[in-house]
Amino acid sequence: MTLETTARQTFSQQNILDLDSFTSQDITYVLDNTLAMEQVLDREIRKVPALRGKTVVTLFYESSTRTRVSFEQAAKILSADVINVTSGGSSSKKGESLYNTALTIQAMQADIIIVRHPHSGAPHFLARQLEAKVINAGDGTHAHPTQSLLDLYTIRKNIGTIEGKKIVIVGDILYSRVARSNLWGLTKMGARVVICGPQTLIPNDFLNGHRTEEGHPFAGVEVQTDLDAALKDADVIMTLRLQLERQKAGHLPSLREYSQTYGLNARRLAMAKDGALVMHPGPMNEGVEIETDIAHGTQSVIEEQVKSGVAVRMSLLYSMAASQNLEI
Amino acid sequence: MSKSILIKSGRIIDPSSDIDEITDLLIVDGKIAKVGLLDLENPPSEVYNAEGMIVTPGFIDIHCHLREPGEEYKETIETGTKSAAAGGFTTVCAMPNTNPPIDTRSIVDFVKNKALTEGVVRVLPIGCVTKKSHGRELSEMSELADAGVIGFSDDGKPVSDANIMRQALAYSASLGLPIINHCEVPELADGASMNEGWVATRLGLKGMPNTAEEAMVARDISLSELTGGRIHLAHISTAGTLDMVRDAKERGINVTCEVTPHHLTLTDEAVLSIGDGNTSFDALTPHAYNTTAKVNPPLRNITDMSVMARGIKDGTIDFIATDHAPHSSVDKVCTFQEAAFGISVLETALGSVLSLYHNSKLDLTTIIKKLTSDPAEFLGSNLGTLKVGRPADVTVFDLDEDWKVDTSLFLSKGKNTPLDGATLTGKVKATFYSGENVYRSK
Repeated sequence: MTLETTARQTFSQQNILDLDSFTSQDITYVLDNTLAMEQVLDREIRKVPALRGKTVVTLFYESSTRTRVSFEQAAKILSADVINVTSGGSSSKKGESLYNTALTIQAMQADIIIVRHPHSGAPHFLARQLEAKVINAGDGTHAHPTQSLLDLYTIRKNIGTIEGKKIVIVGDILYSRVARSNLWGLTKMGARVVICGPQTLIPNDFLNGHRTEEGHPFAGVEVQTDLDAALKDADVIMTLRLQLERQKAGHLPSLREYSQTYGLNARRLAMAKDGALVMHPGPMNEGVEIETDIAHGTQSVIEEQVKSGVAVRMSLLYSMAASQNLEI
Repeated sequence: MSKSILIKSGRIIDPSSDIDEITDLLIVDGKIAKVGLLDLENPPSEVYNAEGMIVTPGFIDIHCHLREPGEEYKETIETGTKSAAAGGFTTVCAMPNTNPPIDTRSIVDFVKNKALTEGVVRVLPIGCVTKKSHGRELSEMSELADAGVIGFSDDGKPVSDANIMRQALAYSASLGLPIINHCEVPELADGASMNEGWVATRLGLKGMPNTAEEAMVARDISLSELTGGRIHLAHISTAGTLDMVRDAKERGINVTCEVTPHHLTLTDEAVLSIGDGNTSFDALTPHAYNTTAKVNPPLRNITDMSVMARGIKDGTIDFIATDHAPHSSVDKVCTFQEAAFGISVLETALGSVLSLYHNSKLDLTTIIKKLTSDPAEFLGSNLGTLKVGRPADVTVFDLDEDWKVDTSLFLSKGKNTPLDGATLTGKVKATFYSGENVYRSK
């Protein structure tokens, strides 16, 4: 295999809780290895022994077929034994606490737990309680590091580099775990990040003169409420899923008005750089945050994002194994 | 045969009588008999050597949760009062958010009787403002006052309905008792689990803005002015609240307020559990989302925290109260969102607030005053003093002793504190309640 084995020492993550703990070298390492993993996926026999004899548990308290299957496939190609626990099929519906479920999983001697949970910090809680390594597959409104890694991979693959590029993240920044992880990932890689949305969906401390403290990691992040202005010279446009319940919670007058002011359409896309990438973490509300012809148009790399998910997650699992000097 | 105790050679600080000197304190039959050098021809039956120690009136806590009846797995009147004694408190006021809540004479009597038979310090119940604390109809305040409550509160939640608050203030005015409000506009705090700001943003947790507290403080001050009723603002946490209270007091409005040791000394960064030398900008560790720092009102930012000591110094804040809120591990060993609000405070209160003395923010007499004579004045009682003839409630502490907080040694059932493992300076050595030695440190 043509893996970046020389870079082994540079990947130091024990758990994958968020990208805030990643160095740019860590990110680069994962992205470099993703390329090698894509080659593995193209092989006739898609099997690598990196995680042979290891038990990986996916513990999903929110339904997400795509992310769970992507992790499961990644772990299986790396030869891990995979146990899937979903909240519907486990004792959690009987009122068993996350703590007790975790102890049960501990008793299974799981090596890696991949968790998705509606509460922010659930992966940190598990990492605190358990000996197993924990990978965050999305926690509440906090983080979704593997989504961010595959977004970074997709950007790098299509436009070569992330540093210095203007990336506009549009939509529900307040509740988006994808946006939060991408803020860490993109700023660490030196991108020029603009967040854009109605003021009701931007955290208050990104507004009103905050972020002036020395060393603030997001000091350079620009905030725009006018999408047309934000899109000028953009290299990448990341649209976010708008949860339909935001209207009920009073954040928006209507989806119609949101679509008119923040929906990505052909007219707006023309304001960005020629050939700017259009991205979306999925699942999309076509016609709300993004028009159908744009979502499936020539500048869209949305399907590619989904496709690279398996390779990125393989790379991450491999990196964790490599950092523990496992054989590959 | 009378029983005497001599507390010998301590530095006696009694703000109520402007005493600060090294001398003796004699207790006879549960009352203060003398402050001053003792006539050695009458040797007392028991002597406590307080050399090198500070001797003060027993502390008074206007705000704590003893959880009994109903939530005895979190705390009981027995364990709560033992915890109080270990913290130097000889009087604690029990909040009525029990199950059933303290909204009738029979529950007041239950709490008082339990305190007499199982408690080790004085327990003064607080009654509900509204029946079952549901916020809809006033409780039978007059009967509750007869039964001995020291004020009314729906603590744990605010009196949300402005008209009910108006009626409560007007009705209680003639009883001379305060309405103690937990100020929080529910709509602004719905679903929130910590302070709004950078820490909440990076943790992806919904925050409560300062406005959630301040908007209701403004309302309550205005309603107090309208009705002439006594409003007491529980556990204030923001700089804006402090400014409004200062202004209201200048205008002669009948408002008082308290602050907790944690709002005086901790910020919302406690939720991050960042190690030494790190900042809130550094990577999170698995120790983040520290549920022991989840409390309501939430720990605020450094600006809000810093002004609280000033509020004590200039008299805007009437006294220090603990808001002791014990919880069992099942309430705290879970995700941050699921965790119960509250900190177990009684046994760390003194060590916490003395940090403000040790870092020169407050003088010692002021701190003691805010734990003794000022809350006594709020109660309109004869407590919180070492004047001759008063109940012999006395606390002895070592101002400079360093000790490591170890919650496994807490007498409270609630081990929930972000200070577990922290080193505090200043430790309670002995507590006397009505002349009985109810606590002595090992």
